[in-house]
Amino acid sequence: MLPLLTTIVFLPLVGAAVTALLPRERADLPRLVALVVSLVDLALVLWLVVRFDVAGGLQFIERARWIPEANIQYFLGVDGISLPLLFLSALLLPIAILASWKVSERPGFYFTMILLLAVGMNGVFVALDFVLFYVFWELVLVPMYFLIGVWGGPRREYAAIKFFLYTLFGSVFMLVGILALYLHPAGGTFDMTVLASSTGLPASFQWWVFAAFFLGFAVKVPVFPFHTWLPDAHVEAPTAGSVLLAGILLKMGTYGFVRVSLPMLPEAAESWAWFVALLGVISILYGAAVAFAQTDLKKLVAYSSVSHMGFVMLGIAAGTPEGLNGAVAIMFAHGVITGMLFLLVGMVYERTHTRTIADVSGLSKQAPVAAGMLAFASFASLGLPGLAGFVGEFLSLVGAWRSELVAPGFVVAAAIGVLLAAAYMLWMVQRTVLGAPSSAVEGITDLNRLEIGILIPLVVITVVMGVYWSSILRYVDPAVTALLATMGAV
Amino acid sequence: MAAFLDLGWLVVLLPMLLAVVVALFGRVLGRFTPAVAILAPLWVLAYGVLSLVEGLHDAPRSGSVEWLTVGAADSLTVGWAVDGLTAVMLVVVGLVAALVVLFSVGYMHGENGLPRYFASLCLFTAAMSMLVVADGLVGLFIGWELVGACSYLLIGFWFTRPAAAKAAVKAFLTTRVGDVGLLLALALLWREVGDLSYAGLFAAAPSLAPATVTGASLLLLVGAIGKSAQFPLQIWLPDAMEGPTPVSALIHAATMVAAGVFLIARTWPLFSLSPDALAMTLAVGGLTAIGAAAAALVQTDIKKVLAYSTISQLGFMFAALGVGAWGAAVFHLVTHAAFKALLFLGSGSVIHGSGTQELEEMGGLFRKMPVTGVTWLIGAGALAGLPPLAGFFSKDEILHDVALAEPVWAILLFGASLMTAFYVARTTRLAFFDAYRGDGHPHEGGWSMRLPLIALATLAAAVGFAGAWLAETIGAHHGSLDLRVAAASTLLAVLGLLAGWKVAGAGHPGLKQPRLAALADLMRQGWGADRLVERVLLAPVASASQFLYRFVDRQAVDGIAEGTAPFARRVGRAFSSLQSGDAQWYATMLGAGAVALLAVVSYIGRGL
Repeated sequence: MLPLLTTIVFLPLVGAAVTALLPRERADLPRLVALVVSLVDLALVLWLVVRFDVAGGLQFIERARWIPEANIQYFLGVDGISLPLLFLSALLLPIAILASWKVSERPGFYFTMILLLAVGMNGVFVALDFVLFYVFWELVLVPMYFLIGVWGGPRREYAAIKFFLYTLFGSVFMLVGILALYLHPAGGTFDMTVLASSTGLPASFQWWVFAAFFLGFAVKVPVFPFHTWLPDAHVEAPTAGSVLLAGILLKMGTYGFVRVSLPMLPEAAESWAWFVALLGVISILYGAAVAFAQTDLKKLVAYSSVSHMGFVMLGIAAGTPEGLNGAVAIMFAHGVITGMLFLLVGMVYERTHTRTIADVSGLSKQAPVAAGMLAFASFASLGLPGLAGFVGEFLSLVGAWRSELVAPGFVVAAAIGVLLAAAYMLWMVQRTVLGAPSSAVEGITDLNRLEIGILIPLVVITVVMGVYWSSILRYVDPAVTALLATMGAV
Repeated sequence: MAAFLDLGWLVVLLPMLLAVVVALFGRVLGRFTPAVAILAPLWVLAYGVLSLVEGLHDAPRSGSVEWLTVGAADSLTVGWAVDGLTAVMLVVVGLVAALVVLFSVGYMHGENGLPRYFASLCLFTAAMSMLVVADGLVGLFIGWELVGACSYLLIGFWFTRPAAAKAAVKAFLTTRVGDVGLLLALALLWREVGDLSYAGLFAAAPSLAPATVTGASLLLLVGAIGKSAQFPLQIWLPDAMEGPTPVSALIHAATMVAAGVFLIARTWPLFSLSPDALAMTLAVGGLTAIGAAAAALVQTDIKKVLAYSTISQLGFMFAALGVGAWGAAVFHLVTHAAFKALLFLGSGSVIHGSGTQELEEMGGLFRKMPVTGVTWLIGAGALAGLPPLAGFFSKDEILHDVALAEPVWAILLFGASLMTAFYVARTTRLAFFDAYRGDGHPHEGGWSMRLPLIALATLAAAVGFAGAWLAETIGAHHGSLDLRVAAASTLLAVLGLLAGWKVAGAGHPGLKQPRLAALADLMRQGWGADRLVERVLLAPVASASQFLYRFVDRQAVDGIAEGTAPFARRVGRAFSSLQSGDAQWYATMLGAGAVALLAVVSYIGRGL
């Protein structure tokens, strides 16, 4: 039988090889190859989702010896927590490729990088051996570095290096954590499933290892005060880079907390919970407050991401079923909604050649479809019930309030973040969508069919998930329950 | 009929579907758009009426789907349940919404973006239905926020006008302050009870700790205060008048703003267990009733008068809730929906006919617009509390109940009644009597505008007699008419009307006393609440956010992270010289780093 996960992960690698080898004069071929590969990949993931057994725990397992000397395996599998993220990754890939349809500068190189990125993104969510996990984790860095550094805005080199150094700094600590687990007698393996169910790591050891992993994941999320690379990277990155950065790369950090920190270091997770929650709440309020001050559309969305990811951290810190369900739900919803926002900002920028909020006004009058989509995405982002963003934020808040580990004051503070989100988003909508058209907006065309086609799937998912929460949580909840059972929390 | 009534979800789904149809195919439907859109409120109305006819005494109809399960034990279900209170609300929502859609055919004729307008009305109908038929707080909250979003869309309908855009945002944000309270109420109850359905909550309520009950009730109250524009969150409603007038009638007079009253009435078995929350509700309602009535005395814009009047009347309802008279509050909600929607649509007719909202530019319209004039008088009489119009009965019940429980607050409410009669008479005379002061050609609207006025006027004259039936339907206590209170309030109403009439006839000589003039100015601006919010809340938040971004984020956090700027530059230069796209170099570096780390960690790792 076809090794489904391996195919899903490495098909983009084959595509990357093809695009890299294509003759330079056929400039229109790379994007076509990339699109076909991404669509086949998406189809395979959909097939996997259909065949996924909700109650089946870890499944589609592929396991082979890789480096027997160090007991390193090639070990893939997917459960209800990684499935939504794998789906998100496969969904955003063709969208990012279509959003890059007009890339004319070294298209072969560009689409090679995008496909290489996909290998890392898909791989991180299904790897169950720490060495493999680390390889995929680091693999993501390089193509993103080039996407920002070569195809980015005016300060692209600075932003690319900053992104690279920050994440490298984080992953070094993660590597320390991985090795510490391997070298400790009670650990002694790279097998993440074994580590997740093992007990007997002394609490003081756990405490230090948690700290190491925390640095690695927190930079990626990013949590305050490790977030300042994010606005720079987003502003300089091309649209597709921003979509994948916000949609997938940030989730790698929070996924790490759920996949690694909680199950492998449960006692430390408990003693660190207040700190994780504190940074989460600070991120929520701080990201929202700073988003207010932004004059650049992309920076506003970037800081809003810091705020939304704070809700994920709060849900994780809570360690309750609601909190963890909420955390995964936000990860997914944020990927979809922020993807929409970055796509729209890119589409507006292409027409107006500005991202300055003050220069873009009256979109409704001139480009009603673009304006309507932007308003829709904004309402989804501010957590309007009935749309996807609300599900996770609601669960994260009620889960945190129910948790023994999080002080109620944190929840009240976080709830104020809900209000701030409405404020900065609607103020942005007021200045860009409403009002009379500004000179930059005067005369621009509305979205074309391709652009609408890119956005429609995201709109549909936002509505479906928002109206019927179980559409995603039926996968997540059993996995969360299993996770909490191994932690001994339930 | 029973089969029809078992389809409770359709009061939400069908209007929502119609909203989508109208939004997508509005252009194709053309002038038939309103004909399609009106099906949404008619469906809701039919469902409500049939539910009442069928009778709800035995058991409320309900159904639910399991929305999601979280964890091993708890599941969140979202369902619908129709009892007397819900059915009455459905009738109010469906009826007013249907009449507003009809009125809009004439009022909004020739406007751009009508599909968006009618789709928003359908969506509002769906959301409002969701709010009232939900069988628990989760469903209510979803409807609660969605009506807020529809309100945003409709206030901002003329989005190119900066004032409309600003008012839309202000309305959404101010009510969301309340929504945060409601959200926290949900979180608190979920922790303490583990169930957010009304049935589960009410069953658990008596055994909850008093602190929990009080906390949850106060948080619910915060939500209600935001939605119903009560002090101190009243500031958004006057600005919301930037929306089209039919919208003001539907959302900002009859239905959405009354949702706060509905919320407390709905959660009564829980809410009433907290004496503190009740006392707070009374204080909020009493202060709002008199404060907003005072502000209405001096408004110059006909819609602003009605906006402050709405805030004030909702204050009466809150006061009633505060003394435990939830039946009286719901009764006033129903009568108010009729006469205030009538007055708003009447003002819409006036604005449509005379082309202005300024009372200064009206006058003498009674003869030029007789249908509007007569129906307005009925609505005005109902608002002032003249017997036997609707407002008389419901307000009398509130005054009676408050007087029995809290005489001091009752005096305040009597004062507010007096002011109500005063501003009603003043506005009526300025708009409809004496000589015409404007320079247009005021005319009556078409039949689509006249018909709703006549229908609502009939109701505003008649619903007052349905008090006993209503109380029985919703299962509340109904007091018989208190003749002393009735006499007193009627006397006050007459006095207020005479005084208001006289003052309006005196023209505008301007207040001689500078202090009085200053006071009037302050009242006209809603007691300066906007400026206060601007100074105490918005300006500090704005400067804090600038400070956080420019200093903390860019300088402190980023600065520390990068080391000093020169160092960062050096690193940057060093790295950019290596940035030849040489992936091998990175791999080497990574590998070397890993090996070095391995050595260090294995050394440390042994020790632990």
